[in-house]
Amino acid sequence: MKYVDEYRDGGLAREIAAKICAEATPERAYHFMEFCGGHTHAIFRYGIPDLLPDNVKMIHGPGCPVCVLPIPRLDAAIELAVTHGVTLCSYGDMLRVPGSRKRSLLKAKAEGADVRMVYSCMDALRIAQENPEKEVVFFAIGFETTTPPTALVINQAKKLGLKNFTVYCNHVLTPAAISNILESPEVRELGVLPLDGFVGPAHVSTVIGSQPYHYFAEEYQKPVVIAGFEPLDVLQAILMLVRQINEGRAEVENEFSRAVTYMGNSRAKQVVADTFELRRSFEWRGLGVVPYSALKIKDALSEFDAEKRFIVDYRSTRENKSCECGAILRGVKSPRDCTLFGDPCTPENPLGSCMVSSEGACAAYYSYGRYQERTFATDQSHPAA
Amino acid sequence: MTEQSRTDSTDGNKRHYSHTLDLSKGKVEMVHGSGGKAMAQLIDELFLNAFSNPWLDEMNDQACFQLSAGRVVMATDSHVISPLFFPGGDIGCLSVHGTVNDVAMSGAVPKYLSAGFILEEGYPLADLQTIVTSMAAAAEGAGVYIVTGDTKVVERGKGDGCFITTTGIGVVPEGVSMGADRVTAGDKIIVSGSLGDHGVAIMSLRENLTFETTIESDTQSLNDLVAAMVAVVPDIHCLRDPTRGGLSATLNEIAQQSKVGMQVYETEIPVKPQVKAACEFLGLDPLFVANEGKLVAFCPAAKAEQLLAVMRAHPKGMDAAIIGDVIEDDLQFVQMQTAFGGNRMVDWINGEQLPRIC
Repeated sequence: MKYVDEYRDGGLAREIAAKICAEATPERAYHFMEFCGGHTHAIFRYGIPDLLPDNVKMIHGPGCPVCVLPIPRLDAAIELAVTHGVTLCSYGDMLRVPGSRKRSLLKAKAEGADVRMVYSCMDALRIAQENPEKEVVFFAIGFETTTPPTALVINQAKKLGLKNFTVYCNHVLTPAAISNILESPEVRELGVLPLDGFVGPAHVSTVIGSQPYHYFAEEYQKPVVIAGFEPLDVLQAILMLVRQINEGRAEVENEFSRAVTYMGNSRAKQVVADTFELRRSFEWRGLGVVPYSALKIKDALSEFDAEKRFIVDYRSTRENKSCECGAILRGVKSPRDCTLFGDPCTPENPLGSCMVSSEGACAAYYSYGRYQERTFATDQSHPAA
Repeated sequence: MTEQSRTDSTDGNKRHYSHTLDLSKGKVEMVHGSGGKAMAQLIDELFLNAFSNPWLDEMNDQACFQLSAGRVVMATDSHVISPLFFPGGDIGCLSVHGTVNDVAMSGAVPKYLSAGFILEEGYPLADLQTIVTSMAAAAEGAGVYIVTGDTKVVERGKGDGCFITTTGIGVVPEGVSMGADRVTAGDKIIVSGSLGDHGVAIMSLRENLTFETTIESDTQSLNDLVAAMVAVVPDIHCLRDPTRGGLSATLNEIAQQSKVGMQVYETEIPVKPQVKAACEFLGLDPLFVANEGKLVAFCPAAKAEQLLAVMRAHPKGMDAAIIGDVIEDDLQFVQMQTAFGGNRMVDWINGEQLPRIC
C-alpha cells in the first residue's frame, strides 16, 4: 500500500534499531514517554519493544481520549440518552466503556435508548437534519485532532438554523496534560518517574504545530521529537531522542515533517478559537483536575451546547481502589504493576480506563504484548465461538 | 438443476391456483406463513420450483434419505446478514455456503440441507426469488440438495426482510478424523487464500460508510477443495473456516481446544492490497475480519508442502500459503512476527468489530 508500506519496512526498521543499539550508551538508561495512544498502539502492534535495547524504555502517556474521559461525564452522556431521550451520537470506541454501576452506552442502547455510532461528527449533523422531531446530541471527545471538526459542525448547524442539534463538549488539550505530568511530584521532586524526553503527538501536532512544545523543551529541559504514527516514525523518533540526550540537547525536533509545520493548521486553530473557550478546570481520568485543560462552547453559540440545553448531572464516582490507571496514565507505573491486570481486568471486562480503548496502555499491552510475560495469570475463559 | 428435471419431478404433485404468484410486484404477506393455500402457493411456485429434487418434491414435512456408511456430520447456521445483497453474493448463496463449509470442515462430504426462512411482511417477492434462485445455484454448485424447509412470516418491522437458517448433513470418508483437539506442536498452519474480503465487502455498503471498492465477498463452498485435500493428505489434523472473528478467532479457538500455542508470520499471511487499504482507514485489523470462503488447515509438517501443492492446484486455493507453526505453549498464546520484525500477540477480537456480517 503506497505511502503506508514505506513506513513499515522491516529492513529499514532493523537498520534504525541497530543504530539505536549502537548509539544508546550502555551505562545509562533512557526513559521516553510517548504521549499519544496512537503511538502506544503502534509500539505494541508492530512489536517495537523487541527491537529496542534493554536500556531504552518506553513509558506510555495519557494521550488516549477515551481513557482520560472521567466516568461522571460518560454517565452524563448515558443520562442524556436514557433520561432526556435524545439521539446520542458517539464515536464507536466510547460505546463499550463502562460507566458507573457497570452501565455503558451500548447497554443503554440495548435497553432502548437511541444511541448511534458515527464515524464523523458530520454524520451526527446529518441525523439531526433528517430527524427534525428528534433532539440529537453529538458526544464530542478527543484532543486537538477531533476539535476542529466539532467546531465546524457547530458552525454548520448555526448556518443551517438547526434547532435540534447540540454538542456535549469534552475536548481536551495536549499541552496542559504534558505540563501536568512534568509538574507532578513524581517527576519534579520524588524522581519516581525518570523521564528523559517525549515522543510528541502526531495528528495533534498537525493542528497545533510544533511551536507549543518549545516551552517544555526549554522550561523543563526535556527533548521532544514529534513523530508520525507509523512504526518507522516511532523508531526514528526514539533514535533522535537518544541522540539529543547523548549530545546534551533538549530541543523540539520534527520527525513528522511530512505533515507537521511549526505553526500547524492556522485555519483549524482559528475555527476552534472562534467556537470554543477554555474551561477553568476539567477532570481527567487518571490525572485528576487539571486547570485550563479543556474547552467549552462559547456563550455566543450556547444554543448548540448540550450542557446548556439539558440539565446534565455531574456526580463524582469512585474508581476501583486497586486500579492503577491513574499512575499508569502518568507513566509512574506500568500495566504489569497493577494487580487487576489480566484478572479480572481485561479488554472484554475492563475495570480501568487504560483497558477500555485499544489505544490505552493496558489494552495494548494485554492484546499485543502479554506473551512477553510468561508468568501472568491469564484469562483463559473465552468461550469457543 | 436443469429446467427439464424440474418439470419432470414436480409434475405429479402439482397443485393449481387461480392466479400465479406475482413475482414481479408482489410482496410477502402474513398469509404466506399461515399454513393455508397462499403458503402452499409460495412453496410451490417459488421454493419447489427453484430447489426441486426427489426428496423435496415428495412434499412431506420431513425428508427421508439413505446415507452412505461412515460417521454422519451435522451443522447448522443462521444468517442475518445486512445488507441482504452485497458485492460477490447475497444472503441466499451465503446461507448455503456457510453450512456446506461447516460440514466440510470435518472432512465430510456434505449431502443434504434444510432451509428455514423467516420473512418480513412486505418484503418484495422479486427479491425473495433472487435469493432463492441464488440458493439453488449455490446448492447445485456444491452438489448438495435442499431437501426440507420451513417458512414463517413476521409482521412488518419485526424482521429485516429475510433471515435464513440452514442445516446440513454429510458423511466423513473412511480414514479421516479431524478435530480442533487434534492439533499438535510441530503442525503447520495453512490458509487457503486472501483474508478479510467478505468483511470489507460488507462494510463498504454500510450506512455512513459507503466507500468504493473492487473487493467482492469471497463467499463460496469449500467442499470440493476439502475433498481434493483429503484425497491426498487424509491425516489433516484440523480444518476450520475463519468466519466471524476472522483468522485470529480461529487460531485462538484451536490453540485452546488443542492446548497448544501458535507462531505465525505476518509477511506470509495473504491479504489483498485493497483489503489492507480499507482496513487501514477503517481502523480494522484484517486478521479480525470475517471470511466466507476460506479455510485454515493444520497438518503434520511432513505433509505441509504436499497439501499446499494440492490446494494451490485447486481454483479455490490458488493463493494458499503456509503462514506459521503450531508450538508448545502452556499459556496457549497465538503470536505473530510482524513484518516490521517484532513479535506480538494475536488476541481475540474485543467487542463487535462489525455486526451482522453473516
